[in-house]
Amino acid sequence: MKTDIVLAGVGGQGILTIATILGAAALKENLFLKQAEVHGMSQRGGDVQSNLRISSSPIHSDLIPLGGADLIVSLEPMEALRYLPYLKESGWIVTNTQPFVNIDNYPEMEKVEAELARHPHVVAFNMDEVAKEVATARSSNLVLLGAASPFIEMDPEKITEAIAAVFGSKGEKIVESNIAAFREGRVRATEKM
Amino acid sequence: MKTKRLLLGDEAFALGAINAGLSGAYAYPGTPSTEILEFVQKDPVARERGIHSHWSSNEKTAMEEALGMSFCGKRSMTSMKHVGLNVAADPFVNSAMTGANGGLLVVAADDPSMHSSQNEQDSRFYADFAMIPLLEPSSQQEAYDMAAYGFELSERLAIPVVVRFVTRLSHSRAVVECHDEPAPENSLHYPANPLQWVLMPAMSKRRNRQLIADQESFERASEESPFNKYIEGADHRVGIVASGVAFNYLMECFDGNPPFPVLKISQYPLPKKSLRRLYDSCDSLLVLEEGQPVIERQLRGVFDAGKKIYGKLSGDVVRDGELSPDAVRASILKVRPDVKGLSEGAIHGDSDVVVSRPPALCPGCGHRDVYAALNAALAEYESPKVFGDIGCYTLGFLKPFSAIDTCVDMGASITMAKGASDAGQFPAVAIIGDSTFTHSGMTGLLDAINEDTSMLVIISDNLTTGMTGGQDSQGTGKLEEICLGLGANPAHVRTIDSLPKNVEEMKQLFKEEIEHKGLSVVISRRECIQTARRHAGAKKA
Ligand code: SF4
Repeated sequence: MKTDIVLAGVGGQGILTIATILGAAALKENLFLKQAEVHGMSQRGGDVQSNLRISSSPIHSDLIPLGGADLIVSLEPMEALRYLPYLKESGWIVTNTQPFVNIDNYPEMEKVEAELARHPHVVAFNMDEVAKEVATARSSNLVLLGAASPFIEMDPEKITEAIAAVFGSKGEKIVESNIAAFREGRVRATEKM
Repeated sequence: MKTKRLLLGDEAFALGAINAGLSGAYAYPGTPSTEILEFVQKDPVARERGIHSHWSSNEKTAMEEALGMSFCGKRSMTSMKHVGLNVAADPFVNSAMTGANGGLLVVAADDPSMHSSQNEQDSRFYADFAMIPLLEPSSQQEAYDMAAYGFELSERLAIPVVVRFVTRLSHSRAVVECHDEPAPENSLHYPANPLQWVLMPAMSKRRNRQLIADQESFERASEESPFNKYIEGADHRVGIVASGVAFNYLMECFDGNPPFPVLKISQYPLPKKSLRRLYDSCDSLLVLEEGQPVIERQLRGVFDAGKKIYGKLSGDVVRDGELSPDAVRASILKVRPDVKGLSEGAIHGDSDVVVSRPPALCPGCGHRDVYAALNAALAEYESPKVFGDIGCYTLGFLKPFSAIDTCVDMGASITMAKGASDAGQFPAVAIIGDSTFTHSGMTGLLDAINEDTSMLVIISDNLTTGMTGGQDSQGTGKLEEICLGLGANPAHVRTIDSLPKNVEEMKQLFKEEIEHKGLSVVISRRECIQTARRHAGAKKA
């Protein structure tokens, strides 16, 4: 298997948690993994992305080449579009539709939605709302991970185990709520595929 | 036994060092090097052994502390971002003269593309300049392995060894195979040649000749290094020299099987024999290196008389910004348009809906209130100048504050404001964070105190090193005492909490102190909300 993912969002939104969970799952499954992330000045509310590559054979580059990503997974709709040139022809975009507006010139939502709709392979829904419904407002990233999971060749149960391992120190309740968010995200995505 | 762990390049190296018998790690936080010392601070073996891992005041003190530990025969390392090596340059260059006793690794993490830096300087020049060996890992596994190898090399050649990271390796995670049993630490033992450590002319002259003579053995070590590899290829029209992470991008482009002969470089000084072998067997060379054209310059020389060399200097490889698989692919296509087996490249164009989203101070950050008050205080003057510094508060340059006129290097706010005031500038204001102040601001403040220069120094104290993620700051709880101890006039060292409700009061305070004809220091204080949150969370748990 080989899945190349561009994780996108805004600094502080929590995209790196997704990488941590998939990383833990990949390690357990004896897969190869490379995950490049950005620290420092760019984390302060600016656009952030992480290249996550999972494969059953060795991975050369920490960065995904243009046109090489199987998936763009984003916590924010405009941020999903930022990385289009990295997407493969057959690649999928999985994104939250709730905008994060911290700039004056944020584009009109209709334009963002239209651009997303133009794409043949998109799973987009309001993950903040789903998170609030089934877990807590802070678990939209777990809903997103759930929504992306059908596109990653990994047993969802293994990802669930990784969620339990990553959040284990925070107590049973948080683990359960995060797993619920993950499962719901997966269900919603499967409906939309 | 070996275990597999998922580690950042920085962490892999730190763990490798601990497992190789490290006794002390010294550093000042700086992206992308910060996670090296942070890892040592958290590692259970390091804690149990009491391996030194406190933050130092700056890179110079860190380098000297590590050198002192090496003098005593123990394995030590110091880590810093590339520009930190400028701060540590004095002890660094002179450490080539003293040599190392216990293994000494100097880690410099370069930041091509300037993700969080002010320039793209390449630390390989420093190693060349100091005439000492350098290791350049291309993968997290190499980063891990090079720690033990580097210590051994440093002890065998009796010289400090530089380890060069770049952002993409420092901040990228991969599965790393590590040893389960950490090697014992060295015991205390003193240098075989103690005179070498007293750099007075008579001794230095002798030592310098030795260092020059040692270059041969350094080069031989590169020639024999397991990290430099010659890989055969069928198409001899181009031979490729690829160093560090550039090697990965090359392999990515050809899915691991480039048709051309390749020399992978991960240890310097350059292995001349291997380079000669590649040169002799190929019609031309392509040099792929992350950062500045260090290898290419050496190969090309002034006269550029031999076979064609493609690289950054010839315009065939992008010269600014970091490399990527795409940049390497473009260079290969430029040099050999007929090459087969390259990956495809982009299919979708850029979306025209997307706008840039620059970073900003966190909502609720105390620096915001300081800038609001400062802007209000300065609004009444015709041409105020505000000299900024390095930290989160540098973001005060951006809208909505547009509050600073300069940002150059650690500590330059105070000294540049002084120079400006000396030139007749009024008002001259310096704004500096607490950690930057103890890093390099104190000595400049002493200059201003000694001349009672008419200027205002604002120390925006957030009780941490905020930009790099909240490391302990060396001046916490001591800033007033430091200023007074340096001799500042107590009537003009004033403190205020930088809270939204105090903005008006802060503005008045700034105005009064700007009007004071002499040096004033205002310490505006509020804990960074990111660290405050973490502290609150830790208390709850
Ligand atoms: S990290 Fe701390 S100091 Fe930096 S902008 Fe955020 S609140 Fe301010």
